[in-house]
Amino acid sequence: MKTIQLPASDEAIRELRVGEPVLLNGVMVTGRDAAHKWMMETFIKKTKEPKDDDLQVYEELKKLLNGGVIYHCGPVVSGLDTKDYKFVAAGPTTSIREEPYQADVMKHFNVKGVIGKGGMGAKTLKGCQETPGVYLHAIGGAASYIAQSVTKVLGVFKLEFGVPEALWVIEVKDFPVVVTMDSHGSSQHAVVDEASKKVFEELLAKPY
Amino acid sequence: MRDLTNEIVEFIRRTSSDLPADVEERLRAAVEKETPGSAARGAMETVLKNVEISRANSTPICQDTGTPIFYVHYPEGYSTRKLRQMIRDAMVIATKKSYMRPNAVDAIYDKNSGNNLGGEDFPYIHFEEVDADQPLTIELMLKGGGCENVGAQYSLPNNALGAGRDLAGVRKVVLDAVQKAQGQGCAPGILGVAIGGDRGSSYIKSKEILFGKIGERNPDPEVAALEERLTDESNQLGIGPMGFGGQTTVIDTKITGLHRLPASYFVSVSYMCWAYRRRKMVVRGEEVIYD
Repeated sequence: MKTIQLPASDEAIRELRVGEPVLLNGVMVTGRDAAHKWMMETFIKKTKEPKDDDLQVYEELKKLLNGGVIYHCGPVVSGLDTKDYKFVAAGPTTSIREEPYQADVMKHFNVKGVIGKGGMGAKTLKGCQETPGVYLHAIGGAASYIAQSVTKVLGVFKLEFGVPEALWVIEVKDFPVVVTMDSHGSSQHAVVDEASKKVFEELLAKPY
Repeated sequence: MRDLTNEIVEFIRRTSSDLPADVEERLRAAVEKETPGSAARGAMETVLKNVEISRANSTPICQDTGTPIFYVHYPEGYSTRKLRQMIRDAMVIATKKSYMRPNAVDAIYDKNSGNNLGGEDFPYIHFEEVDADQPLTIELMLKGGGCENVGAQYSLPNNALGAGRDLAGVRKVVLDAVQKAQGQGCAPGILGVAIGGDRGSSYIKSKEILFGKIGERNPDPEVAALEERLTDESNQLGIGPMGFGGQTTVIDTKITGLHRLPASYFVSVSYMCWAYRRRKMVVRGEEVIYD
């Protein structure tokens, strides 16, 4: 199976095609609803003033996300009292909620890969072509299995968002994903959606 | 009534980290239907591997440990106030032990409570009295947000879908919900469908029916036939595991009816993900039986 070392180069990303299983190695950052809204408002659209440690975290994120990967994940983490953090369960969350933000976040931080489940829409697909980047599908619900490929928790930002919504910096080894949206404009999700819509219309036309 | 907090913690552990046998059996059968080497097959194989790891390590099957939905059938004379407190205490302990993710977020102040307690409604606890000689039975379902988000409610008639106020109309809107859900509710899913009621009771009923076993059919033969047909036709949509495209989109469909107002005809669809976590514990004196 193909492996990708993070941070990834444009060339490595452009080689990936829809349907390809890939193993990821290196450092990635989790981020979901609260994180995307916060990044968009504070650093991209700048409709909100930075506060607390926002600017400091921004500098760190710029380094981590340049050529890096965002993982839509709200993990179960042990060691919260001792700060000896460990990912116990860490499958993907539904990605489509980040559709309003994702393409802008990718372009702003030069994010090469977005991991989640359920796929994303036309705006993100365009973002994948422009950045370039890919959407990587992890298996939804496979939380204990995926947590085994998280070898180390390197740190956490914005823990005040809550454990699921914080930005966790993790090191992964052989993290399993499938490319379902590539940098050439192909989306497996658009294909399945369209095909299922056609069958749905045929079924509607059938007598009861 | 004795203190059952530790027993309920154990109950939560089992529910979060192990699937019911009837669900696992259907998932195993679903693997064989997908083409070897396909993404759908790979997804199902990963799902099963994950189930085994979770069971062996007592770790959550899914990191989204969901909305905890408790149905408590208590013998006459028991204190529901005390039972509620035991469940809430157990939830805090289960969260500390990482059986549960802190999942209760104050919607107004956007703050996670950190311990899975939130107001009066989180966890959700429903009490039902049974005769004094009956055992105490607690049922628990953990329903994640991904599948909850793709649930849908329709008010019939629905012109766009040509769905009238009858079972033929119900069929159309349920298929619409499945098509729209794609893989986002972690297919293959299980459908709980309630027809009638008001908006609130209808949605609650569509979840309550998911406490039943897979393959249990509605006693009315026509409704039972529609259950089977909806599972079959959902699979014809070809959405497949995770929405990758494949043979199994829905594992089972359950339909129930409620009385409605003459003016209303609601159809509520609750979509349950493949990580269909539901369990039962029965307490008879000193004896505690987990299903």
